[in-house]
Amino acid sequence: MRIAPDEQFFAPPLPPANTLAIGDYALIGDCRTAALVSRHGSIDWLCLPHFSGPSIFAAILDPAAGHFSIRPTAPYRVRRRYTGNTPVLETIFETESGAVLIRDALIVLDGVTRLRPMRELVRIVQNLQGEVELEAEIDAKPDYARMPPRLRSHGALGWAVLSGNNIVFVQSDAPLEQHGGVLRSVFRAQEAGIRRFSLSFTHGDIAVLPPIAAAEHRVRETAAWWSNWSETCRYRGPYREAVLRSAITLKQLSYSLSGAIVAAPTTSLPETIGHDDTYDYRFCWLRDAGFTVEALTSLGFHDDAAEFLGWLLHSTRLTWPRLRVFYDVYGRDGSKEHTLSHYSGYRCSIPVRTGNQAGGQRQLDVYGHVVLAAEKYSAAGGKLGRAEARLLRGIGRTVCREWWKPDNGLWEIRGAKRHYTFSKLLCWVALDRLLKMGGDGRIALGSHGAQFASEREAIATAIESRGFNHGLQAYTGEFLGNRMDASLLLIPVLQYRTACDPRFTGTFDRITERLSRNGLIYRYETGYGAKQFAENSFGICTFWAVTALAAQGRHREAEELFRKALSCANDLLLFSEEINPDSGALTGNFPQGFTHVGLINAALALENPREAAR
Amino acid sequence: MPAQMPPPWGDVVLWGLIATVLMDVILEAAQGLGFSRMSLPFLFGTFFTSNRSRATIVGFVAYLIGGWFFAFLYFLLFRSLNIYSWWFGMIAGAVHGIFLLATMLPLMPFIHPRMASEYHGVTMVRQLEPPGFMAVNYGYATPLWTLIAQTVYGGTLGLLAQLHLMVF
Repeated sequence: MRIAPDEQFFAPPLPPANTLAIGDYALIGDCRTAALVSRHGSIDWLCLPHFSGPSIFAAILDPAAGHFSIRPTAPYRVRRRYTGNTPVLETIFETESGAVLIRDALIVLDGVTRLRPMRELVRIVQNLQGEVELEAEIDAKPDYARMPPRLRSHGALGWAVLSGNNIVFVQSDAPLEQHGGVLRSVFRAQEAGIRRFSLSFTHGDIAVLPPIAAAEHRVRETAAWWSNWSETCRYRGPYREAVLRSAITLKQLSYSLSGAIVAAPTTSLPETIGHDDTYDYRFCWLRDAGFTVEALTSLGFHDDAAEFLGWLLHSTRLTWPRLRVFYDVYGRDGSKEHTLSHYSGYRCSIPVRTGNQAGGQRQLDVYGHVVLAAEKYSAAGGKLGRAEARLLRGIGRTVCREWWKPDNGLWEIRGAKRHYTFSKLLCWVALDRLLKMGGDGRIALGSHGAQFASEREAIATAIESRGFNHGLQAYTGEFLGNRMDASLLLIPVLQYRTACDPRFTGTFDRITERLSRNGLIYRYETGYGAKQFAENSFGICTFWAVTALAAQGRHREAEELFRKALSCANDLLLFSEEINPDSGALTGNFPQGFTHVGLINAALALENPREAAR
Repeated sequence: MPAQMPPPWGDVVLWGLIATVLMDVILEAAQGLGFSRMSLPFLFGTFFTSNRSRATIVGFVAYLIGGWFFAFLYFLLFRSLNIYSWWFGMIAGAVHGIFLLATMLPLMPFIHPRMASEYHGVTMVRQLEPPGFMAVNYGYATPLWTLIAQTVYGGTLGLLAQLHLMVF
């Protein structure tokens, strides 16, 4: 485990949280919700009771939107790391007078057989050396800071923050004082002293208050649970640390009560600083499904893959046989978009949004992703029952009816619908994989087999005649177009053409010519989407290029590009959605599950290039 | 009901069940709709076990038995005063509710084995949030909804007894 040394001394007062680099944040999670902890010991993002619930800390989007900080009062240096293969964060502050360690964890709870709160955040301050004065500040702003919280002392039980039907109990063995709506504590960490802070959340029920004296025990239990989960990972290649961290991040983005996996735990971290490409990613995108299941099954996390596929097939029943672009953790629609106009946004990037209008779009590729997920799962030994087979056949029938329609495409380009080549390709994939599963008896296709086969051929004919540009010798982003789209790097992975097929190698060359900058890949050309400004490179696209290179047998180039992409991660090996190819700065929602899925699949492709080429 | 008439104990069992179910529906609805965080079945259940799922089931059974038991007490009250009426049942229910809120629930930290208190703090065993006076710790609307539920409970028992008297 690496600790990134940072020789820079930071002296309070610090700049506002919404101006810190996105890469300065670490993720802690409990498979129900997640928090972002800054390098400076401040929790600046936490939603309760789940990922898409309202925030209680959101200083990353506005300095007045709530935070929970613990940091030295004197100038300090910072080092941080995760405890082993867990998301328990360790931040070490060193000052002239001593050093302290802060351990942060969202406790993994068994709330069924034991009395436990719904969620619990624990922060433990441990003195390492000398004596350090620290200041803790808890500024809880529930419900996106839309209503003033009621802060009430409960004597020996601690403090309660009340909002609506929710209660957050704050307990600590450090003295807490009320200053308006904020709780503050200035204390000295000395000798072998330990100070504990616990925030326990309950919604609509009698609160359970976990004993503060046993906080370390709960953190140890949590770390043990994660270590045990991590041991399942069967990847033993040279990038194990990055792959395992990606797997742990994906697991943190999963919602254990349903099996869903959200795209990212945040909203409105901008893809381009200062612009309005600020979207809410706290939902489960179907486009991530196939590659996520592949990543999970390839690493040996079959139970997680089964839970995710179960959620995928059952949550989509409400709209079946049509599929929405994304669903919330319970399978509900999240497309109603609201603006939090009282937030100033990350580095003035507004609007800050909750909900995502893209949910109402037509994206034909989602059908392919869902079928692909089921195919990957069953190919890895998972069983598909009759109900699942019926759902998949229904998806196949919808694809036959709709594949020729224009849509908004994988990248959710707002505005007029178009005939995106990748959307047609994924429709082809949906029918191809259904025929494959039907062919080897994994599901029964009944009388639909012939229809699926003829429509698959019709789609291929459309792609070849209208999606391939003979002048460019490449498949283009849209039919009869001349601009490139990085999603077409997936052609060999999706088994539409082999990696050495001239039509793909031409496509690969055009993509790298037009969409690569400093080795990192943009998702499309400027002006291709609705945005009229240059975006940053798209995290997963670089990993797709690695996979494509490995599949072509260009192993050395693939390794180099993979290492280049890895160097863009933050010190904790976390990626956001996009990367500035000049500065290397992470942008967009953070951390982004899709990018980490790409990392895992690229590392696996490097391990087994023959599999990638197949 | 004439004093020489034998008490209809079998019917009281049924009335108690109906009144308890109605009271529970109101309290659960108040909790589900966000007016209160109080769950009496959970409070009762945690007297017996710290296993949350068992506590909820055991508590519900205990709550149902308690509802039945109080139905007999209410009937004895009606019979002793010879007032079989929905409005008298409501008054009895409201008084019962005030007693519960003002006296019984604030006593809980001292009698409930798993409830913490604002004086002694949290221990490894005592971890449940105490209700406070009139159970306002569980939400400011908790007293109101508890009173409504208790009043409906008493009113239902009174009404059923009144109807029984009219029929027989």
